Amino acid sequence: MDYYNLMRIFAFIHLLVSIPHGYSNYVETKAGQFFSSGHTNNWAVLVCTSRFWFNYRHVANTLSVYRSVKRLGIPDSHIVLMLADDMACNYRNPKPATVFSHKNMELNVYGDDVEVDYRGYEVTVENFLRVLTGRLPPSTPRSKRLLSDDRSNILIYLTGHGGNGFLKFQDSEEISNMELADAFEQMWQKRRYNELLFIIDTCQGASMYERFYSPNLMALASSQVGEDSLSHQPDLAIGVHLMDKYTFYLLEFLEEVHPASQANMNDLFKVCPQSQCVSTPGHRTDLFQRDPGSVLITDFFGSVRKVEITKDTINLTSPVEPPIQRSGSGDIQIESLTYVDQLPVAEIIHQKPKQKDWHPPDGFILGLWTLILLVFFQTYGIKHLKHIF
Amino acid sequence: MGLLSDPNRRKALTNLLTRLNAPICMVCYLAAIVWFMGLAFEPFTLRTYMSENAMGSTMVEERFSSGERALSLAKEFDAHKRKAGGMPMEWLVKAMQARGLEVFTQSFSRKLPFPDENKERYMVRGTNVYGILRAPRAPRTEALVITAPCSPGNSNNQAVGLLLALAQYFRNQIFWAKDIIFLVNEHDLIGMQAWLEGYHHTNITGMEYSPLQGRAGSIQAALSLELSSDVITSLDLILEGLNGQLPNLDLANLFYAFCQKLGVLCTIQGKLQRNDWDTAEGYTHAAQTMMLMVLKQACGRSWGDHGLFLRYHIEAASIRGINGFRHYKMDVATIGRLLEGMVRKLNNLLERLHQSYFFYLLPSLSRFVSIGYYMPAFGLLAVILLLRALDLWVNLGAPALEAVDGVTEAEQPSGPGVLTVLTPVVISHLTGVALYLLPVHLQEMAVEHFPVSETEAVVLTAVAIYTAGLALPHNTQRLLSGEGTEQGWKVLKLTALLYLAVLLGCTALINFSLGFILAVTLVPITASMTPHMPKALSALAMVLLSPAFTILYCVFIYQELIEAPVSVSEGWMLFLSVISQGILDHALYGSLVYPLLALFIYPCWLMFWNILFWS
Repeated sequence: MDYYNLMRIFAFIHLLVSIPHGYSNYVETKAGQFFSSGHTNNWAVLVCTSRFWFNYRHVANTLSVYRSVKRLGIPDSHIVLMLADDMACNYRNPKPATVFSHKNMELNVYGDDVEVDYRGYEVTVENFLRVLTGRLPPSTPRSKRLLSDDRSNILIYLTGHGGNGFLKFQDSEEISNMELADAFEQMWQKRRYNELLFIIDTCQGASMYERFYSPNLMALASSQVGEDSLSHQPDLAIGVHLMDKYTFYLLEFLEEVHPASQANMNDLFKVCPQSQCVSTPGHRTDLFQRDPGSVLITDFFGSVRKVEITKDTINLTSPVEPPIQRSGSGDIQIESLTYVDQLPVAEIIHQKPKQKDWHPPDGFILGLWTLILLVFFQTYGIKHLKHIF
Repeated sequence: MGLLSDPNRRKALTNLLTRLNAPICMVCYLAAIVWFMGLAFEPFTLRTYMSENAMGSTMVEERFSSGERALSLAKEFDAHKRKAGGMPMEWLVKAMQARGLEVFTQSFSRKLPFPDENKERYMVRGTNVYGILRAPRAPRTEALVITAPCSPGNSNNQAVGLLLALAQYFRNQIFWAKDIIFLVNEHDLIGMQAWLEGYHHTNITGMEYSPLQGRAGSIQAALSLELSSDVITSLDLILEGLNGQLPNLDLANLFYAFCQKLGVLCTIQGKLQRNDWDTAEGYTHAAQTMMLMVLKQACGRSWGDHGLFLRYHIEAASIRGINGFRHYKMDVATIGRLLEGMVRKLNNLLERLHQSYFFYLLPSLSRFVSIGYYMPAFGLLAVILLLRALDLWVNLGAPALEAVDGVTEAEQPSGPGVLTVLTPVVISHLTGVALYLLPVHLQEMAVEHFPVSETEAVVLTAVAIYTAGLALPHNTQRLLSGEGTEQGWKVLKLTALLYLAVLLGCTALINFSLGFILAVTLVPITASMTPHMPKALSALAMVLLSPAFTILYCVFIYQELIEAPVSVSEGWMLFLSVISQGILDHALYGSLVYPLLALFIYPCWLMFWNILFWS
């Protein structure tokens, strides 16, 4: 009896001890899930690159992604919106101050609180690359800067007219896929992003992500190389096509997403199959380190603040393995790379650069001295040499 | 040695050229005719398509519905026109002002060189009334023009009514990016010329006009309306303008696209398109449509009020409503919707229409032939002239070659004197100048001496000078002292052939139809003309294929094609009126067909006439 009672007391005390331990285990697993994505803030760079009234649909594309992103929580201070032309106040717009995405004017994506950061002729390849890499003049206002850090997840959305390997900006210049890949590499080296989702809706969009080589990039495009992305529906009262097919179905998908939704990237890859889009959307995940199935839509499209209250201290371990060391433990000595001097002071002040090692004198100097010596010996003759020396 | 510098090889080549010249020329001529006729064959043509991206497809919603209002306005306009005996200026100004337009008027006057018997006018005095609809939000840099003529009698009342109804409807819309000018011009082309000259601050035709008080920016496109009945069965599109200039094909494509969208029957040259291109009737129909366009383009006059805009690089077309004998009729509201759609699409333009072709032929509204396809037909004809010239050049150089071969005692025959060749050239051109200047200047003297009206005097003087030129060779020979040598006529023919080739080439570049028609009749006679042919027969052939007779044949063919064939005497009267219209067009609007024929083609033909009678 006593023994039995003692057993019960022991079990009870054991239970009492293990509950907090179990509880802290539970908290630790929750904490593990809490920081599974590794990012702490979200940014979005949304770019429409075409101007002219008949490219209304590109502005509507960008504004519909802007609307979704804002609805899911990313504030205007963390969105860089670049629109190459003003459709809402275009003289040809029969409904001024509106941009519609659905025909019969169901949805006005312009709204009344849109904040455009780069407008009209400010949308250029140079400005876009400067925004990405952060090389902006000191006078640039904060709203025009991408102030991301190494824990930022960035969504980049581009739309306009494009081709195999390029995207046309403003009818006069282009950005190539190599430039874009290099810009992302610069961002990686300057630790300007944690993970980056790149979406592009143009003709032959898949060619733009072919050249990416930096880690943690995931890319989606509306059509493969050799295919055109098609526009969706015209509105007869306005007289133009309102949206492109891919972004239209993307918008419909995103309207179902709410801040607590657990939809993941695999659902995003299924948006707009060929039966709806006519073109074949593509995606690229080989540079991304997590499994796309575990990446939530809100990791990129929303700015979700998770709060968990605990009374215990928790040891946090990084769930993401650090990237594999590039140079293998001292086998190959790689020369450290340096950036080219942006301001080559030495050339400006006409300083002679320090020579690292001795080079034999120039051929010209040699030849000149040889000539002088020859003339000398010609004039004075060798036999006179012993008089000189 | 090189192909041309080796004398043996050169001799072989030139022998080949001389031997095969005549057969090649005949083959080229036949090929040119066959190529031209083959242009109307549907598999050789391309389907028309919209080239301008900014205009896109026909996706606009047309909501114009004030057809009844347009008809009542037409009746009011008719009543006021009768009361005023011309343009009812005050009523029009009040009507346009009531619709919110900025209204201005322009008065003009012109004294024709001689009375126009077709339209019965001599001293023309009139007023243009136009109202500007300012774009609500856009700067006043660009404009579109819609115009309807104020014609005497019962014509074009509905056009003006529709114009006013459209103005009222357009004034309520806010999506205009360009100003729209609604113009009612008096005395059709003369009024239009006065307005255009006033708008662009030019004065090319000696018109007197009051300066325009209101202006709207550079005009991007213009549409001219001709509507004379309450219901119509089809709409006809008229493209040919002054000097054979055509508007950009995109304007025709726009019209055709909207006709298809609204289910309106549309025609070109008054002929409806057929679907059976593989039958003989289908091909003949397309060929007839194309021939009509060629004839209309060749005569160089503006076939609608739009034709004068083209000179200022403004793309313009005329739309005429036709009330035929068909069962299905359309009302004015449908035409209003069509115009609303077209103007809305033109509103979307960012630059002038320039993406599509400026030089084309239309066998039907949905098929076109571009310059790259029709130019070889003319090229083959020009090649004939060049081959003959080359043959003559080789021939002229041959005696020199024989001398080089070492026959020392053979004397080089003396080359023809410059005077021998220059005299016919100068005299021919002087006759041409006489043909150009004298008919108009000598009309008073002719009226004094002969019982004819001024118009008849002018035309008959022209015909007389033309016929008098035929007597020239005999008189020229009497002037020249020396003998006419073999060399002489060959050099003259060489010069004349090259001159004709350059002339026809330049003409064909600007007005392909004119160049081609002249080439078809002139090239056979000029290429084969020598003094050694039987004189009577070749003289008859030359006269029958001279420019004047070409015009006569064209008149008869035109009448056949529009299914209103005429007898010989009626044809002759038509021919005389065509000559007077040509002279008037040149004086009033700057058409270049009459000066070209009188100053260049006729002297060229005279030079060959001289060669025929060389002795």
